[in-house]
Amino acid sequence: MIIEIGHFALLLATLIALVQTVLPAVGAWKNSSPMMATATPAALLQLTLITISFCALTHAYLTSDFSVENVWANSHSAKPWLYKLSGVWGNHEGSMLLWVLILASFGAAVALFGDNLPTTFRARVLSVQASIALAFLLFIVFTSNPFLRLDPAAPEGRGLNPILQDPALAFHPPFLYAGYVGFSMAFSFAVAALLEGRIDAAWARWVRPWTLAAWMTLTLGIAMGSWWAYYELGWGGWWFWDPVENASFMPWLAGTALLHSASVMEKREALKVWTILLAILTFSLSLMGTFLVRSGVLTSVHAFAVDPKRGSVILVIMTIFVGGALALYALRASKLKIGGLFQPISREGALVLNNILLTTATATVFVGTLYPLLLEAIDKDAKISVGPPYFNMTFVPLMIPLLIAIPVGALLPWKRGDLTGALQRLTWAAIASVVVILGAFALTRRGPWLAPLAIGVGAWVIFGAIADWLTRVRAFEVKPDEVLRRARNLPRAAYGSILAHAGVGLMTIGITATTAWQTEIIKAMKPGETLAVAGYDITFRGVAPRRGANYQETVGAFKVDRHGSPVLELETAKRLYDMPRQATTEAGIYASLAGDLYLVLGDELQDGGYAIRAYFNPLVRFIWLGAVLMSLGGLLSLSDRRLRVGAPGRASARSPAPAE
Amino acid sequence: MRTCKANVVVVALASLCCIGAASAVEPGERLADPALEARARGLSTELRCLVCQNQSIDDSNAPLARDLRMLVRERLTAGDSDKDVRAFVVARYGDFVLLKPPFNLNTLLLWLTPLLVLGGIAALIVPKMRRSSVRSSNQESQPLTAEEEAQLERLLRLQTSTETPKTKL
Repeated sequence: MIIEIGHFALLLATLIALVQTVLPAVGAWKNSSPMMATATPAALLQLTLITISFCALTHAYLTSDFSVENVWANSHSAKPWLYKLSGVWGNHEGSMLLWVLILASFGAAVALFGDNLPTTFRARVLSVQASIALAFLLFIVFTSNPFLRLDPAAPEGRGLNPILQDPALAFHPPFLYAGYVGFSMAFSFAVAALLEGRIDAAWARWVRPWTLAAWMTLTLGIAMGSWWAYYELGWGGWWFWDPVENASFMPWLAGTALLHSASVMEKREALKVWTILLAILTFSLSLMGTFLVRSGVLTSVHAFAVDPKRGSVILVIMTIFVGGALALYALRASKLKIGGLFQPISREGALVLNNILLTTATATVFVGTLYPLLLEAIDKDAKISVGPPYFNMTFVPLMIPLLIAIPVGALLPWKRGDLTGALQRLTWAAIASVVVILGAFALTRRGPWLAPLAIGVGAWVIFGAIADWLTRVRAFEVKPDEVLRRARNLPRAAYGSILAHAGVGLMTIGITATTAWQTEIIKAMKPGETLAVAGYDITFRGVAPRRGANYQETVGAFKVDRHGSPVLELETAKRLYDMPRQATTEAGIYASLAGDLYLVLGDELQDGGYAIRAYFNPLVRFIWLGAVLMSLGGLLSLSDRRLRVGAPGRASARSPAPAE
Repeated sequence: MRTCKANVVVVALASLCCIGAASAVEPGERLADPALEARARGLSTELRCLVCQNQSIDDSNAPLARDLRMLVRERLTAGDSDKDVRAFVVARYGDFVLLKPPFNLNTLLLWLTPLLVLGGIAALIVPKMRRSSVRSSNQESQPLTAEEEAQLERLLRLQTSTETPKTKL
């Protein structure tokens, strides 16, 4: 019964989305207030209905209701409850339902908090947002309905892919989706602005926080995926330039560019037209990501999520929204007034450089990901592969100047900058970075000679973030108690950007160190034997079988010593899940800030020994720590008073912003 | 595998031939000469596992990847240079086997993309910037239009009516 309620709510939500698409748009066109006023209740009702729908499906999963086809195909009664819950979005149908749930939440947020937006503008935003929801709700109802019954009901489910039965992966999709879908807000605002033919200050003040929220969750989502790949796939890699990874990385890159150009627009009303285009492109890349993964065009070698019908429907949806928005942009963009003026050497100029490099990087990843497909479409025999070496060769050179520019840009004032002044304030940071480079050379004395330089670049970004703070609080100019007062009064947005930039530096160091100086030992070992890696002595104690909740595993036990004194006992396992019967690797990891000791149990060899791989991944934690800092920076920035004041329901007047 | 449909970055990776790819290079495969072995590993990361999706033979435990790894080591032991080995493998499997695509007519656009886009976007944004920096000298002090004047007044009124004493952050 609950399932039927969920199904019915889904159909009703589709209808409401249709109403919310049409009425406010017509109202804005005819300037009819009653028609525009329908948008708010419609958006709230739509969210309520989709929530009911989502809860119904969740209930079916938690109670293992195998009379529902979707639950039967993707769940199992013996699964721990966490994975019953994450099973809701661990499959195509459920994940699409989560997609529209998040979309509707964003729409409802505009309806609830958007009082300070011009009436017609707000009606148009809600209409565009509802049109996206309508498209995806129709997609769910006609091609991916999770509420279909199975008759007769099955006694037991087919189980969730064991790969997904992991805490990090359980919450990876919701974060990723919140990011993807969050960019829909920027898109709806951009399209509404083009329809209106003008943008006012409220635009950027609205778009930036929502973009920030989306960007933050996407950052965490991608980091979770990468962290999971690191400990689960079992060879210590953390990023593979896989097409599916790239699909999530492209919106992130474009979103990062959008975040920075929106800040120019918010503060200086410059780059309006460009920001609109970026907003459209960022969400288009999110749709693209959904299409690439859902259609299976990129994974055609494997039977993964392949359903040509679904793929072509998403392609149609994508064409309508992306094509429509870009056509509108081509028609209307010239009508938008060009805003604030600035010199090339200024904060704005630096942010333009940021945008040029990030957009080029996005385009590079885009072309690299799709090129083999396009080439094959033109010439059947021309098969090529574009793998990590291509991306490393093109992406990294684009990032280096970006990283070097961060500290300089952050210290340049708006409008008209003084490069010499900024560089002077960075002198100590430059010297400290050179010291770090020399230190890295002296410490390692092996591996690629470029690596210490890259470590230096990471350090430069971190020192630059510190210099940014010191300059803002005038640490070298005023008395300590005045510095403290300034530190307290510094807007949270400033702390946010300092923290996020420091995170970028930390991540650069982690990526460089673990790529350049990873140690790998592959050895056939019998119980009692010892191997040495990065100063650790690892003794193989032997293997034993063990039974888990819904899997059987072979556990290899190891004793880890350092300089003759015991450090810890470490386990690594090979698991075989009951349903579906699939194997996974559980790496044994001894994590510390200096680096991870990473052990993997391989196959049993003919002589009774085991293939053991031991890695030491120096500073690898910095990668995810950096990502967390970036997200925290976003969160801090989001909590800034300025944004809360700009937010809804309160006075639209801005209180005098503290000088930055 | 129809059940596995989740949109997670890594599922695609993992649903390949190589779940738990822990056992890529086996201890027995390795060459005794460390220099030669290092070259073999380097080459392996550039060669695609043909039955996998976007995975190098170094990362994959598929039997075909193993065969290819052995082949690379055979050629290296026989005295081939890295270039010879690559050419040998390409002659057998085509450009598809190279994870770093060669630079030729087919891939011209691929390799030039970063440069073209960089130039294109810079050409799109920078002239506008220069134009505005030229204008900035003589337009900054232009008087407000009547409409802007009215807007300013309205904003100021709003601000004074709602301004609250500055509170702690």
